[in-house]
Amino acid sequence: MVEDKKSLLWKKLLAHGFMITFIVVIMFPFLMVLSISFREGNFSTGSLFPERPTLEHWSLAFGIPYERANGTIIEPPFPVMLWLWNSIKIGLVASAGILLLSTTSAYAFARMKFRGKTAMLDTLLIVQMFPAALTVIATYAIFDALGQVVPFLAIDNHPALILTYLSAITLHIWTIKGYFETIDPAIDKAAQIDGATPWQAFRYIFLPLSMPILAIVFVLAFIFLVNEYPVASVLLRQTDKMTLAVGARQYLYEQKYLWGDFAAAAILSGLPITALFLVSQRFLISGLSDGSVKG
Amino acid sequence: MADTAVTLTTLNWRALVAKAIIALVGFGFLYLVWGLYMLGEPVFAVVAFAIGAVGVSFFWSPRFYKLRFVYPGIAAVFLFIFLPVVYTSAIGFTNFGARNLLSIERVQAYHLSLTQTDAGSKRPFALVAEGDGFRIYLPQNAGKPALLTGVISGVNVTGDIHSGDAPETLPVKSAIKNRAMLATLTITTLDGDLTMAGLRDFAASAPIYTIGPEGALTTADGTVMRPDHDIGLYVKDDGETVAPGWRVGVGFDNFTKVLSAKGIREPMFKVFIWTVVFAGISMVTTFSLGLALAVILEWKHMAMRNLYRVLLILPYAVPGFISMLVFRGLFNQNFGEINLILSTLFNISPDWFTSPYLAKVMLLIVNTWLGYPYMMLLAAGFLQAVPRDLYKAAALEGSGALRTFFSITLPQILPPFVPLLIANFAFNFNNVVLILLLTRGGPDMPGTLVTVGSTDLLGSFTFRLAFQSSGQDFGMAGAISTLIFIVTGLIAYINFKAMQNYANKKGAGHNG
Repeated sequence: MVEDKKSLLWKKLLAHGFMITFIVVIMFPFLMVLSISFREGNFSTGSLFPERPTLEHWSLAFGIPYERANGTIIEPPFPVMLWLWNSIKIGLVASAGILLLSTTSAYAFARMKFRGKTAMLDTLLIVQMFPAALTVIATYAIFDALGQVVPFLAIDNHPALILTYLSAITLHIWTIKGYFETIDPAIDKAAQIDGATPWQAFRYIFLPLSMPILAIVFVLAFIFLVNEYPVASVLLRQTDKMTLAVGARQYLYEQKYLWGDFAAAAILSGLPITALFLVSQRFLISGLSDGSVKG
Repeated sequence: MADTAVTLTTLNWRALVAKAIIALVGFGFLYLVWGLYMLGEPVFAVVAFAIGAVGVSFFWSPRFYKLRFVYPGIAAVFLFIFLPVVYTSAIGFTNFGARNLLSIERVQAYHLSLTQTDAGSKRPFALVAEGDGFRIYLPQNAGKPALLTGVISGVNVTGDIHSGDAPETLPVKSAIKNRAMLATLTITTLDGDLTMAGLRDFAASAPIYTIGPEGALTTADGTVMRPDHDIGLYVKDDGETVAPGWRVGVGFDNFTKVLSAKGIREPMFKVFIWTVVFAGISMVTTFSLGLALAVILEWKHMAMRNLYRVLLILPYAVPGFISMLVFRGLFNQNFGEINLILSTLFNISPDWFTSPYLAKVMLLIVNTWLGYPYMMLLAAGFLQAVPRDLYKAAALEGSGALRTFFSITLPQILPPFVPLLIANFAFNFNNVVLILLLTRGGPDMPGTLVTVGSTDLLGSFTFRLAFQSSGQDFGMAGAISTLIFIVTGLIAYINFKAMQNYANKKGAGHNG
């Protein structure tokens, strides 16, 4: 293909110009937040670059009381690190549970014949569209009742939230099932002839073969759960039980507007999750195209 | 021989442990069922029984071996997605809400537990120190003899007649300090039990109501209030209702209210239109922007493609709730950085949160920012699948970049994109989190019967109705949720058909 050199150069300049402008606009919020996190006080003071940078907000975000130059000691407004820990803990445990439930189900759907299989699969696909935000009244009622019988599952206890999150398996079942179907059926035949039960074939053949997709599902589930807001906001009421998604909202109330403190806390807590996503993004893309949408 | 024997015993042993665990789980469920039943939650008890019984039989009998693989997952979906959907719809047919929160038994128990102080029995009191503890001294009053109690321990204490000089009493301050302890205390005297009535007095109290036939409650002065099972409230003879009420079924009342009551129907209709517009525009902007970026990144003459790609993905990589809150701050009218720049450059300062129009524009800007990377990632994947020959043919024909895009690229990638676009529409239709974190629905529409924000989506409006407005109305929220479920179900079904359609076509293409 022959292209006009001059017009190609113009096109390149145009493309790069567009990209760079666009990226500057897109990155603006990040740069602003970074600048705000070093700025004095909790209100904007008129300059985009902090004139007298301070570590106050960062110190508070790490949970360390900060002593200002005039001797006043500022206590951290919220337990950010505890929230981050709650989010990570709930995310890890629930994602592991989701992985367990969705791999076993996907195996059965991919390799076994039983009545109602297609109907179940189709129902799963439709059911996942229903917004959890609207069924929280019922979820609350369920755990309100359960908690009075089994205190372990009461409102404001993390196991209640983790148990609810186990239902976020519908799309993952489809993803893993698709992967299992690419594994050569001759392999299970061989295992069967050697006397392996379906469980053994699953445990010793399918699981080791599908490590990549399992990693994808785990990371996707984790990111989804860390971002989840409506259910967590209804099931977790006490400040020290909250996840980051629920707690972070407390910074920006009209009556109590902690813009600077929020900026530092947002960067600190957003960084690990962002890093996780960027590191694994190459692998995630194939998982994404199966129709899951991040919230 | 020996080998097989060993395997057999280990097998038996393991099978035994497995059975024991299943039995334990079964007993756990029985305990749960019993507890839920005793709590007065028969529906949950039945569900727990069903889940437990089916689970135990699947894992006990080898006949259901295959179903063991799917059962835990399906049970979780049933319990935490399906059951809540049905339960929420069911609430839509009741008057469940802040005013009608309890069961009728609890409401009766509440009314019967109300007491009023008998003014004539009031007796001043003072604390008397005794070692680390206290006694209570009730001086002679209205012809009743002075009383002195024993040292207080627990919630009951007896007051004995005290003759002789009054003991040295402590000032009122100490009663204030020990208020919590005193509030739970009952003093048994010859004239009956006395409880605390203010910081200076103890007095006898009696229940306000006595219960009669059919749950009617009568006060000492003869006023009667009867339970009205249609509205779930006690009603006095003069028609006055007495809160708290209990839950009763109200049929389609909530639905009729939503669809016809003035002050609800109109704002609801506006909210519905805005929800559709929001989901539609978001889908179009994120898709076109994402696709455009993906096409540029795909261009082989483009340098630094990987760097651009990573930077462009960033809005998607950062947790959504953080970005939304960041925008809430940046768009702030008075001290937000966006208005700071706009006022420096153009001397304008738009009121993003108080003008309904600008608030909607802001939501669309933010949602596009949040959503385009997902579309870009998807588009990049689908672009790879477009046959290269088509582009070569187009280049040979001398087709320009735009023409190639619209006559080759777009028709090639649109079919696989359709189900994903529908899913994206459904997602934004119910994008409650964005609204809750960014505008909280505001600014509120004027002159409505219930709080409705002009940026509220159906979902966020319902969520706020149930959890954030002052008069929580779960019944109404349930009714609206049911309507949303129907719409969502419809979209989901269309999406499902579109996916099947595409899969069939693709399958046919491969065969032919």
